[in-house]
Amino acid sequence: MATRIRRRAHSFGVAVAGALLLGLAGCSPTTLSIDAGAPLEEGGYTGPPVTIEYWNGFTGGDGPYMRAMVDEFNATHENITVKSNTLGWTDFYQRIVAAVHAGQGPDVAAMQLDNLPTQAARSVIVPMEDAIEQMGFTAQDFPQTLVEATEFDGHVWGVPLDSHTIASYANTDQLTAAGVTAQATTGQDFGSQLTALQTVGVPEPFWMPNQWPAHLMFLSLLWQNGGEPYSADGLTATYNSPEGVAALTWMVDQVTQGVSPTNVAKDSQYLAFKNSQNSVTWDGIWQINDLKTTAPTLNWSLAPLPTVFGRPAAWANSHQLVMLSQRSPDPDSQQASKEFIKWMVEHSSEWAAAGMIPAYNEARNGPEFTSMPQSALAAEVENFHYMPSIPGIGDVNQQTLELAVSEAVLGRKTPQAALDEQAARADSILASNAEKFATDQG
Amino acid sequence: MATTDISAAAPTAPADEGTWDQARAERKDTREGWLFCAPYLILFVLFVIFPAVWGLWISLHRYDFTLPNKPFIGLDNYTSLFDGSSPWSAVFWESLRNTILFGVLSVPLLLVLPLAIAMVLNRKFAGRNLFRAVYFAPYVLGVAVIAVLWRYLLDTNVGLLNYYLGRAVPWLTDVPEAWVSLVGVTVWWTLGFNCAIYLAALQGVPRSLYEAAAMDGASPSQKFRNVTLPGIRPVLVFVVSTTIISSMNMFGQSYLMTAGGPGNETRTAIMQISDTGLRQFDSGMASAMSVIFMFFIIIISGSVFLLTNRDSDARTQKKSKARATA
Repeated sequence: MATRIRRRAHSFGVAVAGALLLGLAGCSPTTLSIDAGAPLEEGGYTGPPVTIEYWNGFTGGDGPYMRAMVDEFNATHENITVKSNTLGWTDFYQRIVAAVHAGQGPDVAAMQLDNLPTQAARSVIVPMEDAIEQMGFTAQDFPQTLVEATEFDGHVWGVPLDSHTIASYANTDQLTAAGVTAQATTGQDFGSQLTALQTVGVPEPFWMPNQWPAHLMFLSLLWQNGGEPYSADGLTATYNSPEGVAALTWMVDQVTQGVSPTNVAKDSQYLAFKNSQNSVTWDGIWQINDLKTTAPTLNWSLAPLPTVFGRPAAWANSHQLVMLSQRSPDPDSQQASKEFIKWMVEHSSEWAAAGMIPAYNEARNGPEFTSMPQSALAAEVENFHYMPSIPGIGDVNQQTLELAVSEAVLGRKTPQAALDEQAARADSILASNAEKFATDQG
Repeated sequence: MATTDISAAAPTAPADEGTWDQARAERKDTREGWLFCAPYLILFVLFVIFPAVWGLWISLHRYDFTLPNKPFIGLDNYTSLFDGSSPWSAVFWESLRNTILFGVLSVPLLLVLPLAIAMVLNRKFAGRNLFRAVYFAPYVLGVAVIAVLWRYLLDTNVGLLNYYLGRAVPWLTDVPEAWVSLVGVTVWWTLGFNCAIYLAALQGVPRSLYEAAAMDGASPSQKFRNVTLPGIRPVLVFVVSTTIISSMNMFGQSYLMTAGGPGNETRTAIMQISDTGLRQFDSGMASAMSVIFMFFIIIISGSVFLLTNRDSDARTQKKSKARATA
């Protein structure tokens, strides 16, 4: 009896050791093919039926629109099945990086533009310039600024699906009560509108958040003021320039002048807007559907941010469709992936319903889009500013710039001191990132 | 603690009057014992020991699993954390300080409050079972649920608490208020667990001891000191160590309620380690941080263990001496 048990235990041990060895083998470096592979033929994909995997992070109000588009694609393409996997952006990149490097990555994914240089440096995504040409798109099909922002290291890494930006939401009932007919376009008008709102019973009409989207507001104002957050070579943080200090000072002034309450916690400026406790709030245009569904009785308008400083500018980002590096690339899947991306971009006017601005000029100028609230921003597309193409920039922003904005808005540090301190930290992180990602090239 | 239990349950020393044969038989028994432990041991080695050792190894490299180059850099990760040359050094030490501060604030509350509640719940009164359930209820909720819930309740400008207070207290955006919130929420959330353990221990203290104490004319506080506390002592040691360790592992509450803010004031060690390792994929640096953090935990829980152990040794010695003189 005992020996039998022992033998069984022994074979169990062997099995576990075997599994361990297999696991180790899985971890050992195997080459990834960093290439979009087989060209897409003119008539589209005509090969045998193929299933491709598509990962995205659209878990919010944008999710249903993405699902509908994938369903429509599947219904109209007999030989291609797209299996979509929605993960949520918070740990999307962690998972996709791990999956691709384990050889388990999807064929296609949607990623945010500011993440592409990082993912390129990590060999997660593949150059797309040839694929874009095969799909029949040219640079003229998309806004100039966006095309430039998509380039990194001499390649184009994604196909732009949309642009999304922050804009000014205003409670139109309160604006009307204050005798205002349209949202302000200059900083001066904005200030006098807020004063007018204060006199008609909204004591604090514009709440200044210290967290999301505070840093997006700061970046927009910095660009309006002619500043840049980082140097062109990606080695120095420049957001503590006089332009940056002025931008952050303007934000802090909203609090010290009593237009905003102090200590606005995470998300409360937006909640207060839904409750008509404030009149104007700056937030992402992707909130449109949330406002429609969770505050159906609220009357609001959407407008570009007022130009507080020298020139109109707003922070923007873009959802990009990318193809992933593969351990064992399959030409059929690669062609089908390109066909899918092409179809999605061409049909991106449907995607606009998710509260986005289609990147594809034809979709943006079409009648479907011009009836949507965010079409008020379409003319601003050339004023959109995207984060510079630097690998690891998202983390640098999160760990330094966001902290500086938060500390200044909360009144814990002066704008100058907060920005200086974090810019110095950012410099050392940028230097260590540059070193880290440079070893990759060698 | 587990190892002492095992060695106590499986005596390895041959019995005093045993023959050579018996001793051999008992040695065989130990082998069977290992066999029964094997399934657990294999998993333990595979998922605890092996990753821990591998983590040590990783901490000696500039290790990013997505990059082909993972150069060996010796102790650079450690020295750059200690001499401040790493960009993560300042924030790491701050997060460690925050973690210890959280422990110092929350552990005493989590030891004393649940005991008081457990003693009340141990009495007979109407609705006792309802209250037992009520105090335990928050513990079954996940950290995401309680954090989001309290974030809204504690919001400075639109929160329910400030609405009733009629003041704009910055519960989540300033210190020390943020610590009050985080410790308060954690105590409210996990108190039920310690309470349930205390309650079980209290029910294990024989009634006869209380009766004997009452006969001797002991006051309630004397009963507590001389009957209750010694009666639940082993459980107390368990509760102290688990509470310290779980406080050191605090992550979700501050991640979701304050996002580590204001500034980095409520950023905890685990939050910093996971940011470094899982967001920036700087596994080498994150492993070095983990190793340093592990040493802190070993020192803290080790000294608590020694302190309580020496204390109990002193007591048993005193008792046996007393018995000897009697």
